[in-house]
Amino acid sequence: MTTTTPNGFVLDNSGRRMVVDPVTRIEGHMRCEVNIDDQKIIRNAVSSGTMWRGLEVILKGRDPRDAWAFCERICGVCTGTHALTSVRAVEDALGITIPENANTIRNMMQATLWVHDHLVHFYHLHALDWVDVVNALKADPKATSALAQSISPWPNASPGYFRDVQNRLIKFVASGQLGPFMNGYWGNPAYKLPPEANLMAVTHYLEALDFQREIVKIHTVFGGKNPHPNWLVGGVASAINLDGPMAAGAPVNMVQLNLVSSIIDRTIEFVDQVYLPDLLAIGSFYKDWLYGGGLSGHNVLAYGDFPDRANDYGPDNLLIPRGAIVNGNLKEVLDVDLRDPAQVQEFVDHSWYRYPDENEGLHPWVGITDPNFKLGPNTKGTKTDIQQLDEDAKYSWIKAPRWRGHAMEVGPLSRFTIGYAKGIAEFKDPVDKVLTDLGLPFAALFSTLGRTAARGLEASWAAHKLRYFHDKLMANLKSGDLSTANIQKWEPSSWPKEAKGVGFAEAPRGALGHWVHIKDERIEAYQAVVPTTWNGSPRDTAGNIGAFEASLLNTPMADPEQPVEILRTLHSFDPCLACSTHIMGPSGEELTKVQVR
Amino acid sequence: MPETETFYEVLRAQGITRRSFLKFCSLTAAALGLGPDYVGQIAYAMETKPRIPVLWMHGLECTCCSESFIRSGHPLAKDVILKMISLDYDDTLMASAGYQAEAILDEIPRKYPGEYILAVEGNPPLNEDGMYCIVGGKPFVEKLKSVAANAKAVIAWGACASWGCVQAAHPNPTAATPIDKVITNKPIIKVPGCPPIAEVMTGVITYMLTFGRVPELDGRGRPLMFYSQRIHDKCYRRPHFDAGEYVESWDDQGAREGYCLYKMGCKGPTTYNACSTVRWNGGVSFPIQSGHGCIGCSEEGFWDNGPFYSRLSDVHGFGIEANADKIGGVVAGVVGAGVAVHAGVSAVMRARNKSHKGDASGSDQSTGKDKGHQGDQQ
Repeated sequence: MTTTTPNGFVLDNSGRRMVVDPVTRIEGHMRCEVNIDDQKIIRNAVSSGTMWRGLEVILKGRDPRDAWAFCERICGVCTGTHALTSVRAVEDALGITIPENANTIRNMMQATLWVHDHLVHFYHLHALDWVDVVNALKADPKATSALAQSISPWPNASPGYFRDVQNRLIKFVASGQLGPFMNGYWGNPAYKLPPEANLMAVTHYLEALDFQREIVKIHTVFGGKNPHPNWLVGGVASAINLDGPMAAGAPVNMVQLNLVSSIIDRTIEFVDQVYLPDLLAIGSFYKDWLYGGGLSGHNVLAYGDFPDRANDYGPDNLLIPRGAIVNGNLKEVLDVDLRDPAQVQEFVDHSWYRYPDENEGLHPWVGITDPNFKLGPNTKGTKTDIQQLDEDAKYSWIKAPRWRGHAMEVGPLSRFTIGYAKGIAEFKDPVDKVLTDLGLPFAALFSTLGRTAARGLEASWAAHKLRYFHDKLMANLKSGDLSTANIQKWEPSSWPKEAKGVGFAEAPRGALGHWVHIKDERIEAYQAVVPTTWNGSPRDTAGNIGAFEASLLNTPMADPEQPVEILRTLHSFDPCLACSTHIMGPSGEELTKVQVR
Repeated sequence: MPETETFYEVLRAQGITRRSFLKFCSLTAAALGLGPDYVGQIAYAMETKPRIPVLWMHGLECTCCSESFIRSGHPLAKDVILKMISLDYDDTLMASAGYQAEAILDEIPRKYPGEYILAVEGNPPLNEDGMYCIVGGKPFVEKLKSVAANAKAVIAWGACASWGCVQAAHPNPTAATPIDKVITNKPIIKVPGCPPIAEVMTGVITYMLTFGRVPELDGRGRPLMFYSQRIHDKCYRRPHFDAGEYVESWDDQGAREGYCLYKMGCKGPTTYNACSTVRWNGGVSFPIQSGHGCIGCSEEGFWDNGPFYSRLSDVHGFGIEANADKIGGVVAGVVGAGVAVHAGVSAVMRARNKSHKGDASGSDQSTGKDKGHQGDQQ
């Protein structure tokens, strides 16, 4: 049957149904079903979040100063970004300001996460959608070296170096124990790289796996560990001591600042000399494969992030701009207000939750969560053995957030699109350069490849911003300001009896908001609306489809038994399912209690 | 298993000399805290043992354990994955998806019964017939039990698999359950922490590969080699605790000089882990060194032993809502009381020292900077 959604997508569920479950190389658990027609083209897509943890239920009644630690455990991949959003929400509610140094250090923590997350995503979660590992065995190491040297000054590029990696790979494959590469889709015609590009990419897969360990040491300096560094309401806990007594044992001293500085230099080098050239090289072989645009050319959203000066979260002070574009009108970037009850709303009539009136969406400050695992009448299988979901009914643990009723895409491509539409050079220029280099029109940006390219450009943006923030920190220290925390409102007795706040950030995957309600020194209600809730949302009451589902439509599959194209497009969003599936409302009543032991 | 090869064979095939190989073995021995006598034993193990298949499953979790694992510096995660073990299933890294991925969970247990290691990150929720965590259309708990059935041993990565972690904090809406409550007939090695330290994770695996046995565990299933000491016992700030020198408020002079964080809620005195010895991310730092107290993330029920910023003596009875019924809270309360006495004695000692110096003002109750600290410096 063919239907047209209110947001303009044509769905036809008459063809053969294919199921991909689990969708791997993501954070968390996800299922995808598609219908393909007799031309092997995807005509209907159903994406389902298949886990729920109930973190906000757990937050009720806790000390708001502790909330960051709970929220941080929403996700260990985008580690820290939920903690940052949480301390901002609590500070917003309680009217707490933070010192300049704390703001700069937080920005460095966030930029560190961006670079790390984007790099690991590209090489370790996404590359195998573009790169055929086994095909790399056929490469000529000399030609690989020539290719590598033609695109980058990166020194590890001799024929011997690539031959060595290839020999290791040959031996590994010959051992018969393929480990993580077992049952991959090697040889599928959807892979388009020549053997030399495959070998170069596999080599950098391994190099990036080694190098990513270095980047996160910036978190370790300021937060004590990674994953899950420590944060603090009112600033940062990492006090600074440059030349005073016992500076050597202080959290931040010259040794640690030098370590951070050195990591920043090496990070810029790696991103600009390995990640970006690889991206362009791979992109040049896939520039005819421009599927997967979905919502991106229509509706995009960003809350903005990286406040340049402390305590000003207004649009003019955010280095990543805030805004929304709807109906593809890049001439107008609309204002976004997270406090406005009419803007961000969540719907649940296709989600495994219950509202009193499921025709209505609810703003996060008044949201309700009441899990309701029910499968529709057309589900195939049983409650605990689902063969096929019924997308006309409830089919996901993810809610459907909407901005003024619109399904929106969030993430690096959305951020770059908004920056581009606003005419900001540091977003517009790199996009124009990539498009020119690849000989592609502007519209090509709105594709799976465009999403993947935007993430790479953003990694470079963040790496250079790390340098900017480190310089800024040093300049402020030079001026004599060592302050890292504001303790004026640390004690709960200094708080108002009741307060509401909202914190926002741009997680690597997109716009992230936390809404908190504090009452009598405790959390009364807590709500997080996260990037993958936006991108992975199921259908809403009106029938609008979300970004994942929209992006899969009309993509031809080379071999429907091997979901390379589906994985490629879904991975281009960098899905994070643990993030997306744990929503509650202010009522926060205790749910079913079960004795386990 | 004729199609598998030993770690040593793989190394040799890659042109690694025997000399380099032995050097690697001695570094591994050092990383595990073993003496030179063990180098030969490690070398022997690497030469003769085939690469053991590892199936790494994910339940309700946040993937911080996987992220931590790939941070390992010695050995590099790359070398563990490609050379030491055969990581045949791991949702986070594996190339295949859907039924091709699921097929591996059938194939490996059939092909290597009793010979593969099951590593579990996260835990199964039991409410709603297990459907708060669905894999391949079925409850995760079902898959977990079926893959565990033929495993040689089971590793419980992190606080989730070991104790339940954040999703099991009160009121545990999904009935998230530690894996030893659903896998009851296999040796389970608990490697708690949120996440565990990278080198602790690879250290446990390397030990098992090398010696062909489970490392010695404490009564609660944790390897003694990493979890037999409290963070407080080896903390570089411990002398300040003993001297009664505390951070009194964030960013005060004590914070800048690295004083003890006990009064800021540090859970180091009741937390068994290797953070203050092995430290994090190649030894760069650990939470206390970076100025924030330990939140006790490797202890059972640590989420309900808070708030994180109240000092330990307050834990018992200060716990919010119904948390006092948690075992962890009671244990922490008892130990905490001891700590409070310990801290009190330290403070008395310090006050005594001060009176010697003609400064008996005492400063434990103050909330701001403690000028007295300066007087104590030598």
